[in-house]
Amino acid sequence: MTQSVVVQVGQCGNQIGCCFWDLALREHAAVNQKGIYDEAISSFFRNVDTRVVGDGGSISKGKICSLKARAVLIDMEEGVVNEILQGPLRDVFDTKQLITDISGSGNNWAVGHKVFGSLYQDQILEKFRKSAEHCDCLQCFFIIHSMGGGTGSGLGTFLLKSLFDIISKIDLMVNSGKLGTTVKPKSLVTSSSGALKKQHKKPFDAMNNIVANLLLNLTSSARFEGSLNMDLNEISMNLVPFPQLHYLVSSLTPLYTLTDVNIPPRRLDQMFSDAFSKDHQLLRADPKHSLYLACALMVRGNVQISDLRRNIERLKPSLQFVSWNQEGWKTSLCSVPPVGHSHSLLALANNTCVKPTFMELKERFMRLYKKKAHLHHYLQVEGMEESCFTEAVSSLSALIQEYDQLDATKNMPVQDLPRLSIAM
Amino acid sequence: MSIVTVQLGQCGNQIGFEVFDALLSDSHSSQGLCSMRENEAYQASCKERFFSEEENGVPIARAVLVDMEPKVINQMLSKAAQSGQWKYGQHACFCQKQGSGNNWAYGYSVHGPRHEESIMNIIRKEVEKCDSFSGFFIIMSMAGGTGSGLGAFVTQNLEDQYSNSLKMNQIIWPYGTGEVIVQNYNSILTLSHLYRSSDALLLHENDAIHKICAKLMNIKQISFSDINQVLAHQLGSVFQPTYSAESSFHYRRNPLDLMEHLVPHPEFKMLSVRNIPHMSENSLAYTTFTWAGLLKHLRQMLISNAKMEEGIDRHVWPPLSGLPPLSKMSLNKDLHFNTSIANLVILRGKDVQSADVEGFKDPALYTSWLKPVNAFNVWKTQRAFSKYEKSAVLVSNSQFLVKPLDMIVGKAWNMFASKAYIHQYTKFGIEEEDFLDSFTSLEQVVASYCNL
Repeated sequence: MTQSVVVQVGQCGNQIGCCFWDLALREHAAVNQKGIYDEAISSFFRNVDTRVVGDGGSISKGKICSLKARAVLIDMEEGVVNEILQGPLRDVFDTKQLITDISGSGNNWAVGHKVFGSLYQDQILEKFRKSAEHCDCLQCFFIIHSMGGGTGSGLGTFLLKSLFDIISKIDLMVNSGKLGTTVKPKSLVTSSSGALKKQHKKPFDAMNNIVANLLLNLTSSARFEGSLNMDLNEISMNLVPFPQLHYLVSSLTPLYTLTDVNIPPRRLDQMFSDAFSKDHQLLRADPKHSLYLACALMVRGNVQISDLRRNIERLKPSLQFVSWNQEGWKTSLCSVPPVGHSHSLLALANNTCVKPTFMELKERFMRLYKKKAHLHHYLQVEGMEESCFTEAVSSLSALIQEYDQLDATKNMPVQDLPRLSIAM
Repeated sequence: MSIVTVQLGQCGNQIGFEVFDALLSDSHSSQGLCSMRENEAYQASCKERFFSEEENGVPIARAVLVDMEPKVINQMLSKAAQSGQWKYGQHACFCQKQGSGNNWAYGYSVHGPRHEESIMNIIRKEVEKCDSFSGFFIIMSMAGGTGSGLGAFVTQNLEDQYSNSLKMNQIIWPYGTGEVIVQNYNSILTLSHLYRSSDALLLHENDAIHKICAKLMNIKQISFSDINQVLAHQLGSVFQPTYSAESSFHYRRNPLDLMEHLVPHPEFKMLSVRNIPHMSENSLAYTTFTWAGLLKHLRQMLISNAKMEEGIDRHVWPPLSGLPPLSKMSLNKDLHFNTSIANLVILRGKDVQSADVEGFKDPALYTSWLKPVNAFNVWKTQRAFSKYEKSAVLVSNSQFLVKPLDMIVGKAWNMFASKAYIHQYTKFGIEEEDFLDSFTSLEQVVASYCNL
């Protein structure tokens, strides 16, 4: 089994990360009754003998001594990370795996990317190398960050680049980007699900929980057993038909926050229907009325292949798939359900419904850019030029155009192409 | 003689477990309906073929388990051990951590060469344990990455290193919708490669077995375990010991010699299995069978291309001799009559000597270049199989699989034309030419079968 490292960048990234580690601990505690450090737990946690000073404390088998998250926490101001280190999860994090600064990035991508990027480059790479060393077989880096702020977006994308440069063979990098409303340049759209109109203690708690659950469900089939396993590298293999079209829309059912442990169990088939409704998407998008390039269904709990197939047959007629992938389904069955539920479904779609999001983004960007609003904040950062902006826009435009071309094929009849003919 | 089974990937390993379990529990069954001496001979033959002995008497499956991630193998090892009846050899496994990511190219070009030596070593040790070695039975799926890609690589290696031994690949044909998105690519790459290096391809379709579970077994919530058990039952009824027509004094030595009868020409290697009856235990108690009835249904299943004994199209008849030959089968029309190259019927159970198989010897069932006396074989055994007082299984080399093959090639071709996912394969050394080669070979196979 392989290990994954979670890199949480910026306030958003760290808050989501915190939810994730909390849920991961609960999930493994529910499954692992005997307290033995097994392969499933080792995918996200190290087992450490805290009495040993320095690095040598890792224990690979036997009873769980002290679990340490395979995480790197990065933030350019201290508040959030400090809160985590004083909270109930403080013992889960290795204090050597933090990078913090004081002043923050001021919601300025250029500051996050250029200033802090170059300042902390060596440290960042050092932490990554360390976390990789602690793994038997490192498969994946999960990078959690927002796109709207300065650290998550700027520094987050900077470290992505550095990862690519030094580690030539990375099988998978998954970004969980969170879009939030801001009045800054590159302002984006909120993605709150309609179901979340509940009271919660802190404003973003419920949403963060959902993202954290998503990460858990994504990796469940790799960690736990099932009759049809799906590893992380199978996600990129099946859901990315062309390298640049690697944006996935996810939906999770049932949608639940930590407090909702007593949701009555939904009928199984309803769970599948919900996964395709626009209210359950974690991006404001409607995949049902757009074009699917590929779709993955990751089911957890007491669900069998016949349930899965029945629902695919039932839902297929109302969904539109691209002509060359008419039956583009990837499925997995994991026997272990999430804590407190009998079953759950995570649907990942590569769908042209992301296009409106990108178009809106571009529009808002252009409105500010045309007036050169706030531009000086960026340009005064060393290394930042106008070309950075123009390149970004043209790359976004190219992406939108690709989706446009695919959409154009939407209602065309599917024709079989002429086949090779063999002389007999 | 003994068979060494190689189980590859999640599918191969899950099925392999069910097969050994079914073989052993049938061999221990008290409802053999034959004399004790007969039963003992059966058990001994079954053991020799599939198991080796250990000091404390627990039989060890003659199997090599290969997977690129550990979860499934660990599960199968412990399930076997828990049964108390048999187990897998401790050192008969090879596993890695990362899986193949459903990528045929990764299984074939990366895992294959990297682990070639270790895997072939384990296989060699297993072969050396056999007093008399018959050949390999390789269980894999075509949709995933390990079974398909690594499976193709291993089979090629077996062809190189054991060219005198027989190799039969048991391949699982994925569901038409929803298993793996790139399943059509993986399938065509697998089939075209195996066509060159394997001696026979025994193909089972998930869709067909799923229907058997639903309609014949009445299972409501069908799991992969149910599907694999049906499959294991079918394979068990083929591979358990039988007598040959030539000798009714001892069981056939070589379990794989069925390939000799069924694959007379290397262009035609696709075999499929139909068995009858197949039902839930409850129904079994209330049904009686006659050989005449069973064989009539089985024959109709053969000629009308039915996958199971329900819903058989009774309005399909073999072409009458003396009339001009029917137009060559066109895939655009519904396939009506299923022409065979060769058929093998295995009968097990009570009064088996009285069973009349003349219906299968009709020359109209077969292609013109092989006479029924060469094309058809029947093996009979008194000893009943797995609770069925009478059971019959048909292993057939016929046009059964042409339509599914044609569909898969068509879908893969459409996807290939758009170049979708190709970058995932070229990344690991499988280029567009390799795809084109595969398409060409398989179009050839489709055409050959159509023109029977």
